[in-house]
Amino acid sequence: MQKIYPSIPVLKEDEGKIVEISYKPEAKYLISAGQAISRFLNELKNGKIIGRKCFKCNRILVPPRMYCEICFKSTDEWVYVRDIGKVVTAVVSYITVDARKAEKPEVVGIIEFLDAPTQGIFHRINVNPEYVVNRKIFGVTVKAVWKKENERKGDINDILYFEPIEEIK
Amino acid sequence: MKTNINIKNRVAIIGAGMTLFRRKLKETPQEITFEAVKMALESAGLEAKDIEAVVIGSAPDAFDGIHEKGEHLADGALAYLKPSKRVFVGGATGVMAAISGWWHVASGLYDLVLVIAEEKMSDAKPHPQAVFLHIWDPILEKPLNPNLIWIFAMEMHRYMYKYNIKKEDIALVTVKNKKNALDHPAARDAMNLTVEDVLNSEVLVWPVQRLDISSITDGAAAIVLASEKVARRFTDSPVWIEGVGWALDSTHWTCRELAYPLYLEYAGNMAYKMAGIENPRKQLDFAEVYDPFNYKELHHMEGLKLADKGKAPELTREGVTQRDGDLPICPSGGLLGVGNPIAAAGLMKVCELFWQLRYEAGKRQVKIKNGYALAQAWGDLMQVSTVLIAKGG
Repeated sequence: MQKIYPSIPVLKEDEGKIVEISYKPEAKYLISAGQAISRFLNELKNGKIIGRKCFKCNRILVPPRMYCEICFKSTDEWVYVRDIGKVVTAVVSYITVDARKAEKPEVVGIIEFLDAPTQGIFHRINVNPEYVVNRKIFGVTVKAVWKKENERKGDINDILYFEPIEEIK
Repeated sequence: MKTNINIKNRVAIIGAGMTLFRRKLKETPQEITFEAVKMALESAGLEAKDIEAVVIGSAPDAFDGIHEKGEHLADGALAYLKPSKRVFVGGATGVMAAISGWWHVASGLYDLVLVIAEEKMSDAKPHPQAVFLHIWDPILEKPLNPNLIWIFAMEMHRYMYKYNIKKEDIALVTVKNKKNALDHPAARDAMNLTVEDVLNSEVLVWPVQRLDISSITDGAAAIVLASEKVARRFTDSPVWIEGVGWALDSTHWTCRELAYPLYLEYAGNMAYKMAGIENPRKQLDFAEVYDPFNYKELHHMEGLKLADKGKAPELTREGVTQRDGDLPICPSGGLLGVGNPIAAAGLMKVCELFWQLRYEAGKRQVKIKNGYALAQAWGDLMQVSTVLIAKGG
């Protein structure tokens, strides 16, 4: 086996001395939300959560999809589900999207809808981080807290966060 | 028993090479690609003209800021006027590139194929994390401003909750791999640590702390593949690829049981079946499972049936996975110790199989009994795994 490995590491003292070019790409998009998610977003505006049911496996898919990836067929009907679920997992973030220190910790997690077993979304959870660290938040029933009706825009942030509706033991 | 599948050529790895893995390398992506390729060719005793086809592996384009990175890397990858392709399955790309190289030869199409994987993560500013934002669903997930670590933290915490696993036990993986890396001459993050060091490191996204994660890294790795027909012309000790497997789970990661990587069980079964491995725990001499986070090593050991569900921490605690243990895991030092230039890190694991199975791993050498070893990588939205099983001698 060769003992000498190629390439030249840039050490701390070399920083600023090597030739580098700054580059910032610009890319903008207008993304079609599609059949299923357009309806889902419009229903968020009404303060409602909607899924699609597959008659073959009987799952209610939330967020909705026009096809079932397991049965590989078109889904069959629209079904409203309650905005209530159980916390499947949760974490406390101390950093921002680009890895800088966040101003205050934020709890996020996956909420599995009571009316749509196995199906969940990821969102903020309004709970003391201590319940995440001691893992007591797992399995707790939570409900969506919505923006005021006239402030909703038909996006995922129309839900402010989910909040426990039972005592955490 | 080996299954009778229709493979035209048995495929050997006959050479391997890699650059240093470092926080920042002075070279361009093409230049480190060139360096790794040259080293692999020298290791195989081949000249550039001997290579018939090239497979390039590189993870998200946005790291280097250049789309169609395959083409970008081509000249440094020895692809000039050769059939070449780029493979991409997120973090699982490094092993997928090797699998793709395998089928180029196994199909009978070529006798000598080069596989090269490259990643230069240091160029993205202020931090490559910001680039990762663009792998999320733009409608339902991106508006919540997620950091990539969130999803892994969610998976790690689910795994800890389901099997009642302590952070102390997960931290042992970091301690082991960074220590193993002390013997790897190309390693970026080799060090002697204690469990307390890991537990006291900065909390990023609980339960993930600084020392639970591998570091952003620049680097490249390459291997040379040969058909059985020509392999022995170049080496007396080819390392045979005996099994390959890969599988992809649903993109709807919030609708899956995150405590267990089912897709990896499928990928592993495919590779085990092809290699004729019925009891991986006994038959494999060691495994280079994918360890970008410490809990992932445990998670992946379970998916690969190297440990029962929830029991990988116990094996780690008992020392089974140490280099001198019963089933060494990541004797190279893994991503946690050697570094994590995404695609190159996966292929580095295949390089380690090559060096270990030829008794060329120096101080890292593990005991070879049955001659079988496994390399695995994992990626996309926590949904894909790629597996390669090699045999020495």
